[in-house]
Parts: sequence; structure tokens; C-alpha cells
Amino acid sequence: MSFILITVISICVSGGILLLLSREVFKMIMGLAVLGTAANLVVFTGGRPGSLVPAVIEQGSQSLMTGAASPLPQALVLTAIVIGFALLCFALVLAAAVANQQGDSDVASYRENEPSGNTKAQSDKPLVMEIES
Amino acid sequence: MSLLMPFLLPIATSLLSVFIKGRLLIGMNLISSFALLILALQLLFDVVSSGPKSLMFGNWPVPYGIEFYADGLSALLIMLIALVSAVVMVFMVHWQSTSNKSAYFALAQCLVASAIAVSLAADLFNLYVWFELMLIAVLGLMVLGKGHQQTEAALKYFAVSMLGTLIMLSAIGMIHGAVGHLNFSALAELSASEDSGHHLTLYGGMLLLALLLKIGAFPLFAWLPAAYHALPAPLLALVGGLLTKISVYVLMRISGQVLDYQLYHEAIGWLAVITMLSGVLGAAYHWDLRRILSFHIVSQVGFLLLGVALATPAGMTGTAFFLFHNILVKANLFLIAGLIWMTAGHYDLRKFGGLYPARPLLSVIFLLSALSLVGVPPTSGFWGKLLIIMETLTQEKYLWAAAALITGVLTLYSMSKIWLEGFWKPHPGQLGSLVIPKSSYVVMLIMSLVILMMGLMPGPLIDVLQQQQWHAGGAL
Repeated sequence: MSFILITVISICVSGGILLLLSREVFKMIMGLAVLGTAANLVVFTGGRPGSLVPAVIEQGSQSLMTGAASPLPQALVLTAIVIGFALLCFALVLAAAVANQQGDSDVASYRENEPSGNTKAQSDKPLVMEIES
Repeated sequence: MSLLMPFLLPIATSLLSVFIKGRLLIGMNLISSFALLILALQLLFDVVSSGPKSLMFGNWPVPYGIEFYADGLSALLIMLIALVSAVVMVFMVHWQSTSNKSAYFALAQCLVASAIAVSLAADLFNLYVWFELMLIAVLGLMVLGKGHQQTEAALKYFAVSMLGTLIMLSAIGMIHGAVGHLNFSALAELSASEDSGHHLTLYGGMLLLALLLKIGAFPLFAWLPAAYHALPAPLLALVGGLLTKISVYVLMRISGQVLDYQLYHEAIGWLAVITMLSGVLGAAYHWDLRRILSFHIVSQVGFLLLGVALATPAGMTGTAFFLFHNILVKANLFLIAGLIWMTAGHYDLRKFGGLYPARPLLSVIFLLSALSLVGVPPTSGFWGKLLIIMETLTQEKYLWAAAALITGVLTLYSMSKIWLEGFWKPHPGQLGSLVIPKSSYVVMLIMSLVILMMGLMPGPLIDVLQQQQWHAGGAL
């Protein structure tokens, strides 16, 4: 069980990173979503998955039966999924808004906040050298 | 219960703010902020007089339950959060550009609540949840501006922070998988027992990586100046003053108390040196006030990391002192930048000047904060820097000390640039006619007074910090 999960996690991580490195803004957000899935699976894998012993504490006993899956990571994953999903929805709307406003979905063209040496973005922000004259 | 109140109050205010408008909204937020200040003071007195407090939700025993924990360090931090939030709320009342006031107030209170929760959480997963809430609040505040700059800043901030939280989440999952605990005191015991069977160093390193990203440490700081300056000035003070500092506080807890490994300290130290220098050099290049101050956040955070890297009680005391000083000074400087914008109509130093003859009081307040940021002797910044640099010398890390001193000189350079360009140089055009509200001046004077007091009488604060239990295995 762990082996399957680990394979899935590694596929998710590599796919996620590939998407994240894309210059297309929506692909980038999707990359974050896939990486989020990988992170959730990592938490899940930590909880001894695949065990068939029920995660129930029997009457009179103080702890889980030996070999039972730990229910705590599953609770953690649920919380993480909810948060991650909300953020993903927000991010998609945000990305759509940015792509609309800038008229371009290429993240490399979003330079309003980081003026570079490029002449295009430089119009109202001269370099230090230019001011001296 | 008294531990939960400083969190419940702002979150309740935040939820209520969504539904109300106008004077009621402003009144409620102001009252709530001042009540929060009183609660925080009360918590601080409690903790200082009768020792650390802990609250277990549902009364589960220690390593299993969710815990809120407050010692001198977190109580002081909460008090500063409350102080900065109260000042920012007063500013927001008169801020011109806030059209959608309900949303601004609601999100600002939400940010305050989550910052307080982060400083109280004594459990890794709990910490992650509050970090996420903080991220959501800041993103909300950014996009409320609706302009090109704002949405773009929010997108960049989102992408980087999200990557950070995902790394954090995986690290937490691995730590839980390896040792079965997430509670700070349980992890501290494990790391102190030096049982290397569960690779805690590796997973802990991943957690530190996520925190360093949120802090804005060396290779990953470009998002900070690109994102922060899209916020309106009073909120910029809240976000710029608190956000990265809260992450530094968490790093202090984790690398100093919870996972106390020598390897981490060494790595953080070198990162600190590069962060300090690159931040201050970035600031030297820019002309926009908000950008300069944002780059200074990076440089100051580097200084704090240096303190964290020293990892001795003396170094940690210095770091904590510098952290508190920095929250106040930074918030004050961002607020001054806001007032300059109201007066001169620009953030760009090349487009205005002559503020000293026009607004002498504002100039004096700026000068105090700027000198304090540089660390000129009787100010608060001096003591923090002195404590940290003395400790680097004791540990014979001469290169680190040299980098810290060079950073100080460069900070002086960029602060004098603001002073010469913005305050002394004659104004190129006409000064704006916006009147600065009196209330803004009053709260700003109070802030400056606190900064001044910290500088003139650092004794009591240092005493409180020296009583702090700094190392793992203690009664965390």
C-alpha cells in the first residue's frame, strides 16, 4: 500500500513541479493544486494506511489495537484538503482576473511590480544612472 | 480561558464587521482593538508574575491534545500585535482610499486574530492552519485594491506562499509519520534525546525551509518587495510590521526550542549574512519609499536570523528584543510613508521634498524611527544590535559580526537618502493640500514614545526575556 502511495506521490510531485514551472498562469496554479495533492498524500501515508484493523478503541481499553491505522493523519488531511480547495478556487479567480487585466496569460509579462532593466517596463522609472544627469 | 480571549475577540469582530457599516463599524473595530490591547496587557502581567500558561482544548493530556501556550515571549509578541493593530485601526478611520471599509476591517481583524493564534499555537498542525488563515487574510487585503498592481502582487504572493505552505504541510506529515507527535513539548523531548533513528533532522529541515520562505530569507525574498507595496499604507504597516516577524518568531521557537540541532543554526547563520546584505543593497537601489522599506524588511529579517543562528540564551534574548523593536519601528515607518503620501502625493522620493519645513512634527517622528532602525546609540535598535553582535563576538563568528556592522552602515545610507531627498531637498512642485488627521498624529506619537522608552529603558524588557526558557527539554 505504501509503495503505491509513494509512487503516486512522486508522480504528483514531478508533474506538479513541471506545471509550476510553466509560464502559463493557469498551468502554474494547476501545478500548485497537484503539488497540494502530493502534500496531502504525504500526510496520509504517515498514518499507516492499508491496515485492515478497525481504528476503534474497544471498551475497557485505552488505546487502539496494534496495527490499526492512525486516524489522526486522516483528520489532518481533511483539514488540509478543505483549506487547499478554498485557496485553489480563490487562486483560479485571481489568475483569471490578472490574465484579463493584463491581456496576457504569460506570467513573465507581469512586471508591473518588479520593473526590470527591460526598456518596456522602464518608462516612468529611470535607472539610477539616468537621474544623475 | 484568558488565553483564548485575545484570539476570540478579533475573530468575532472580524465576522461581525462583514455585516455592519458606517459609524457602527468603525466604533466597533476601535473598541475591539483597544479591548484587545487591555487583554494582551493582562495576559502579559499574568505570564510575567505567575509563569507560563497553557490551555488544552477538551482537556486532553499534553502530547495528544491541541495546546495553546503562552510564555513571556509570546505574551510580549501578542501585546505588540495588539498595539500595532490598534494604531492601524485608528489610521484606517480616516484613510482616504478605503471605499469598501467593511471588508478592509474584517480582513484586518482576521489577520490580527490569526497572527495571535500563530504566536499561541504549540502544535505543528495548528500552526499550519493559522498560517493559512493569515495567508488568506493578506491575499484578501491585497485584492481589495482591485488595480493591476494589486492583483498581480496577490498572484505572486499567493504562488510563493502556497509553495511554502505545501512544503510545510509535507514536513508536518513526515514528522508525524516518523515520531507520531506534533506537539512542541513532545518533539522537544525527542530531539533532546538524540535518538537519530527517525531522521527528525531531515524533516525538521524541510519545515525550516518552508518557514525561511515565508520569512523572506536569501534566495527566496524577491516576492516580498514585489507584493507588499501594493497594499494601502495603514495596512502595509500591519502586514509589513507583523507578517515576516511572526514567521521569525515561529522559527525561533522551532530551531531554538523544539528541534534544537546545531546543523540548523550554522545554516541559518550563513543565510542570515547573505539575506542582510542583499536586502540592504536592494534598498539602496530603489526610490519608492514603500519599496525601500520593504527591502529593509528583508535586511532586518536577516539580522534576526543571525540572532536565531546564535542559539544561546544571550543570542535569543537579543533576537527577541530586536524583533519587538523592529515590529514597532517598521510599522511606524510604513505609517509615516502613508502620511508622506497624503502630504506630498507621492511615494517616489524623486517627486517630492521639503517635508521638514512643511511638517516638522512628522519629520521628527520619522527621524526617531529611522535612527532607531539604523541603531544609533540611545535608541531601541541599538540595544538589539548590541546584544546580538556581542554574542557573535563571544562565539567568535567574526565574519557574521562584520556583515552585521556593514549592514548597519548601509542602512544608515538608505535612511539618510530618504531624509535628504524627502525632507531636506526643496519640494519640486506644490505640496498636496490633504490635511493629516490629528488622531493619526496622536497614535503615532504614542508609538514613537514606546520606541523611545524601549531605547532609554531597555532593562525591564531584557529582564523579562532573560527569564525565558530558551532551550529544548525544558518546561516548554
